[in-house]
Amino acid sequence: MTRYIVIRLLNALVVVIGVSLLVFLLTRAVGNPVDVMLPIEATDEERARLTHQLGLDDPLYTQLADYSVGVIRGDFGKSWWQGTPALELAMERVPYTLKLSGIAFIIAIIFAIPLGVLSALRPRSWLDKITSTTAMLGICVPNFWLGLLLILIFANTLGWFPTSGTGGWRYMVLPSVALAVLPLGRITQIVRSAMMEQLRELYVVTARSKGLAEWLVVTRHALKNAGITIITMSGWELGRMLAGYTVVIEVVFGLPGLGHLIIDAINYQDFPLLQALTFVIAVTINLLNLIIDLSYPLFNPRVKFD
Amino acid sequence: MPDPAIKAGRESLVEVKNLTKYFPITKGILSRVVGRVHAVDGVSFNILPGETFGLVGESGCGKTTTGRLILRLIEPTSGDIVFDGRKINDIKSEELRCLRREMQIVFQDPMASLNPRMTVGDLIKEPLEVHRVGGGANLDDQISDLLVAVGLRPNHMYCFPRELSGGQRQRVGMARALSLRPKLIVADEPVSALDVSIRSQIINLLKDLQEEFKLTYLFIAHDMSVVKHISDRVGVMYLGKMVEMAPKGLLFAGPQHPYTQALLSAIPIPSPGAKKDRIILEGDVPNPIDPPPGCRFNTRCRYVMDRCRQEEPILREKEASHWVACHLD
Repeated sequence: MTRYIVIRLLNALVVVIGVSLLVFLLTRAVGNPVDVMLPIEATDEERARLTHQLGLDDPLYTQLADYSVGVIRGDFGKSWWQGTPALELAMERVPYTLKLSGIAFIIAIIFAIPLGVLSALRPRSWLDKITSTTAMLGICVPNFWLGLLLILIFANTLGWFPTSGTGGWRYMVLPSVALAVLPLGRITQIVRSAMMEQLRELYVVTARSKGLAEWLVVTRHALKNAGITIITMSGWELGRMLAGYTVVIEVVFGLPGLGHLIIDAINYQDFPLLQALTFVIAVTINLLNLIIDLSYPLFNPRVKFD
Repeated sequence: MPDPAIKAGRESLVEVKNLTKYFPITKGILSRVVGRVHAVDGVSFNILPGETFGLVGESGCGKTTTGRLILRLIEPTSGDIVFDGRKINDIKSEELRCLRREMQIVFQDPMASLNPRMTVGDLIKEPLEVHRVGGGANLDDQISDLLVAVGLRPNHMYCFPRELSGGQRQRVGMARALSLRPKLIVADEPVSALDVSIRSQIINLLKDLQEEFKLTYLFIAHDMSVVKHISDRVGVMYLGKMVEMAPKGLLFAGPQHPYTQALLSAIPIPSPGAKKDRIILEGDVPNPIDPPPGCRFNTRCRYVMDRCRQEEPILREKEASHWVACHLD
């Protein structure tokens, strides 16, 4: 077990280094941040001075070496845009994004599992048709549009929730719902198909013939066997939420999370901040994957870590 | 005064009257019913306490469906099932779960029928817990006893099904079915998935257990030699119909229905010099969605007459306890 975790953490380290390197090279390839940071009328002299200040006139390998030494010491440099340490800036935003994704994920799971199971129990019934169509709709609807629609209906027209910003729980309702819809649809589909596969198995008939109550047959036997598929795909959805969907939702609802910050960092071509952010996200996703993999033995005794 | 009909029913452990199961075929988003698979079509027979009733026929003839209908694992379309003097075709779920103690099933594929995530001990324990049979400390003893009864070792209870061989898994399936001390066991092709070398072991185990636990078997198979070995009486099914039914001796000595004759002629004789007249059936089993009119066997029967294509033969007693559904005399 310990050995497995150590190996996985080493693997994660390789991935994080790879991601960091890629982001480092890509940022240097896409444009000159000096153009963004200085007014249009700035002189060549001023540009040269700033370029030198930021170290952008050094050869690429020197920049990479400086960056690497910094990262090993836990120092991603100061944000060019804010002037404060980039990693601190990124870490400040982590709780907002985790909270938003967490709530949305819980909403998705709470609805997706019962809906998926019920659809699988009565395939082609009306409930199944409605659920499947709605799930498909949830997957197809662009989430920025859904966010705007929710704001229009529940904030502007009905006035039940605030349009955007942070504050109490009321501020979290619309963004988490908007964020939950896509994973909810997808997890419902996954639960349905995984359950249908299991319910066809003979051991389910065996369980019924033992005289087990139907809900025990479904939960203890079928759902547990479908567990690995469901948890793997749900974990993947959570990852996509943290590193993708939240970007859109946080911008639409004006929430100060990682996603919002990453958009700012891109707009300002703030390399240190961008590097710190991608580092934080890569580490989070890797940890998440590790946690999911470590939960496998709960669902399948065949999985052992040694 | 008890009704004479009920009293008569009490003599057999299971009595099936006109059992019918049609599976609807639906199409389109509105699930329109466009056809029905005639899986079991008006089958009647009875099983006496302590006997082994063999049910044979080729795949798709409805024998597995019949077995599951008797156990109420699927709902019959129509017909009556009387178990131990009690009509069970419309009892509700709570009663049905209690009834599960009395009748159990052993499947063809022992691997698929055992939940791969549970140990052998847990698999056998579960029905005991559900029905609150035995308790606490002696539960493990009961499981050990059952495992020994089916020829396994007590410490097999800590194994997962995948760690056992095919024969051992089928023994676990037997132990699980036996745990509730049922009266009836439906054995649905219990040896077809096993190696020939261990088939006889399992068959003999079934026979020994029958004696020890006073069991009644409905033994479903397509292998005539296995059925001949284990059954007391045999029913032959073809395309959802019972075509012939007789005590083993009568059936194997003098099969009356042309289909039974063909089936019996296909049994290999383990002697190189043996001469055989094999009856080769032409064509395939007709589609059960749209069975042929008249006798269902008329498309493949070598004695087919005009009458067979129009009039469906009913199952009648041609000689004492030998029932045949054929127009031939």
